[in-house]
Amino acid sequence: MLDQQYDVVSSVSTLAPPSSSPEMETMDPHVSKVSNRSGAQGKSKLRVQDFNFFYGPVQSLFKIDLGIPEHQVTAFIGPSGCGKSTLLRCMNRLNDLIEGARYEGNILLDDVDIFNPTIDITDLRKRVGMVFQKSNPFPKSIHENVAYGPRLQGLKNRTVLEEIVERSLRGAGLWEEVKDRLHESALGLSGGQQQRLCIARALAVKPDVLLMDEPCSALDPIATGIIEELLFSLKKELTVVIVTHNMQQAARVSDSTAFMYLGQLIEFGLTKQLFTNPAKKQTEDYITGRFG
Amino acid sequence: MKQWVKRFMASGELFIWGCGAGLSISLLMIGGLLVLILLNGFGYFWPADLVELTLKDGKHVIGQLAGEEVSPKGIPRIRVKIGNRDLYGLDYRWINTDQIIERAKPPDLVMVERREWGNFYGRLQTLVKEDQVVAEGPDAVWQALPVLLRQAESSEAASAYTVLALDANSKQKTLGLGQVMRVFRPNDLSTLEKVWIYFGNVWTVLTTEPREANTEGGIFPAIFGTVMMVIIMSVVVTPFGVIGALYLREYARQGIIVRIVRIAVNNLAGVPSIVFGVFGLGFFVYGVGGTLDALWFSERLPTPTFGTGGILWASLTLALLTVPVVIVATEEGLAAVPREYREGSIGLGATKWETIWKVVLPSALPGILTGLILAMARAAGEVAPLMLTGVVKLAPALPIDGTWPFLHLDRKFMHLGFHIYDVGFQSPNVEAAKPMVYVTTLVLILVVVTLNLTGIVLRNRMRRKYAGSTV
Repeated sequence: MLDQQYDVVSSVSTLAPPSSSPEMETMDPHVSKVSNRSGAQGKSKLRVQDFNFFYGPVQSLFKIDLGIPEHQVTAFIGPSGCGKSTLLRCMNRLNDLIEGARYEGNILLDDVDIFNPTIDITDLRKRVGMVFQKSNPFPKSIHENVAYGPRLQGLKNRTVLEEIVERSLRGAGLWEEVKDRLHESALGLSGGQQQRLCIARALAVKPDVLLMDEPCSALDPIATGIIEELLFSLKKELTVVIVTHNMQQAARVSDSTAFMYLGQLIEFGLTKQLFTNPAKKQTEDYITGRFG
Repeated sequence: MKQWVKRFMASGELFIWGCGAGLSISLLMIGGLLVLILLNGFGYFWPADLVELTLKDGKHVIGQLAGEEVSPKGIPRIRVKIGNRDLYGLDYRWINTDQIIERAKPPDLVMVERREWGNFYGRLQTLVKEDQVVAEGPDAVWQALPVLLRQAESSEAASAYTVLALDANSKQKTLGLGQVMRVFRPNDLSTLEKVWIYFGNVWTVLTTEPREANTEGGIFPAIFGTVMMVIIMSVVVTPFGVIGALYLREYARQGIIVRIVRIAVNNLAGVPSIVFGVFGLGFFVYGVGGTLDALWFSERLPTPTFGTGGILWASLTLALLTVPVVIVATEEGLAAVPREYREGSIGLGATKWETIWKVVLPSALPGILTGLILAMARAAGEVAPLMLTGVVKLAPALPIDGTWPFLHLDRKFMHLGFHIYDVGFQSPNVEAAKPMVYVTTLVLILVVVTLNLTGIVLRNRMRRKYAGSTV
């Protein structure tokens, strides 16, 4: 049964990446229109190739193959435990922290394998920033939180740091709210503000890619709305990959969507197409809520 | 009925009452202990009135009342501190109340604090300078004394004076002025003056050195030694404990060996302290100290410098004793740091060490401080290992002074805990020393409480800093 599914997956994934999908355009004119509008034919910032991932003896990702288009928002959807967070965390090798984690295959960032032993892992993580499900500002001041990354890189100049902090906070749409209390504890902020602070903190190191692991799952609708709007401005500067449980959110914010199930990539395509005209029965079942 | 019992048991009411009773008993015991120590300790400083008792056999007794009871034979009796140890041999005396004809508090009774033999109670008679009578009669002598006593503090000339005084039964006693520290008439003092003297006494005890085999005078060297030992111990134990815990929790591969190490560390906290004392004596004093002497202080041998007990070795021994506490508390503190902090930091390109140094350790600081507080509390109260590694009953030379190198870690020192033992159980005059035991106990408790409060305030400040205001 696994083999069968595997076949399905691989066939889907070869079709999927919008960056290299002339087939898709020919397949459906509607899609091609969308992809033109959203610039989906830009090059792949991140390419996942034949990727398997194991927690100890348990395989949790099976033959994933997809390309994340540059300057777009790509959403991963799927039921809990389907491996979308795992895949996301592989993209900046955060899973290296987990004992017994093992992988096969490649993930290319700008055509360079991130698992290449010669690559500087801290450099990788600076280029691929991460925002977590639970907002995790450090127990320091707002300023210190944002300045943390630049400081790690050895930046000490106060004025430069202040500039970076302001720019990052503006980028995360938080500057106006906190500019008068930069030196107060970050833990005094509201949940939504904390999450935006975490985005600002990630922006401060000028990443190329921002990975977001269910960034709005703990926020109220208003805070969620603010962050979703933020995504539109963020993708001008960088590439965003977002994991979400909320299908409406995926539909609202993303340009491409990947649907994963049981560690397999079921379908990957332009969001519009995936939500309106899914190629797979499983996808349709899931997005319409008929999924078990 | 059965239903009722069942419901009662199920409601947990019994359990709650049991817990409440247990807690109350513990609190009562602690409260009782504190009240006992406070009453006896603080009472010691009060300049109580002097009472002159006339007994049936015509004899007189002058002294301070120090309790009453019904004797085993059923006769009520009172206990009087009669002082004059040189005349009577004992400081206290029991007197059956039916023997007493009269109790009076004549204002001319004096209490003379002497450098030796304890207090003298009686009446002043004559002031003599080299066989010349300078003042005659209780009042004249009383008025002449304060000036002379002030002179005696600064010059030797005053020691030419002699005071003749009478005890309760008009037996004459010669007191050299050099022997006299203070004279006052307790019965003639107003309450305000007594309060003044009271705080003066407190100050004296806290700031002066002991006299008379530690039964009189102050306990300053013991306070100083205790605090300094705890501080040195903290300075040593914190880095070691934190580094140990960091390695165990963050770097060591979690497996059977780490589990064994952890169990061993926990058990180390349960080893009797005297065992640590023996180890400290063998390893630090004879081993390390002896080697240091052979290497650097060979010109002084056979007189040992570091090869004998000293404050450094005592502190190190105590650090060894308390390091498990710090390790356990730090490990818990580290474990309590949310995984999100670590991932957030590592996700920003920090290395593991940078993450630990900049995020994990600061967040774990309150836990580390909790461990340190527990360690200090334990160290300040520990006596047995110190007796082997450097505490002595009298060490007027403090470990810090004005002579180079100012910090003398090789010196022996005094300790409040040991002072209690020494004064209370090794003193030649246990009865006279008893109030001193309470005072020392009180001060020891205060020192421990102060050290702990400092730690707690520090920790709460950290907590506020790292927990933020959750508005």
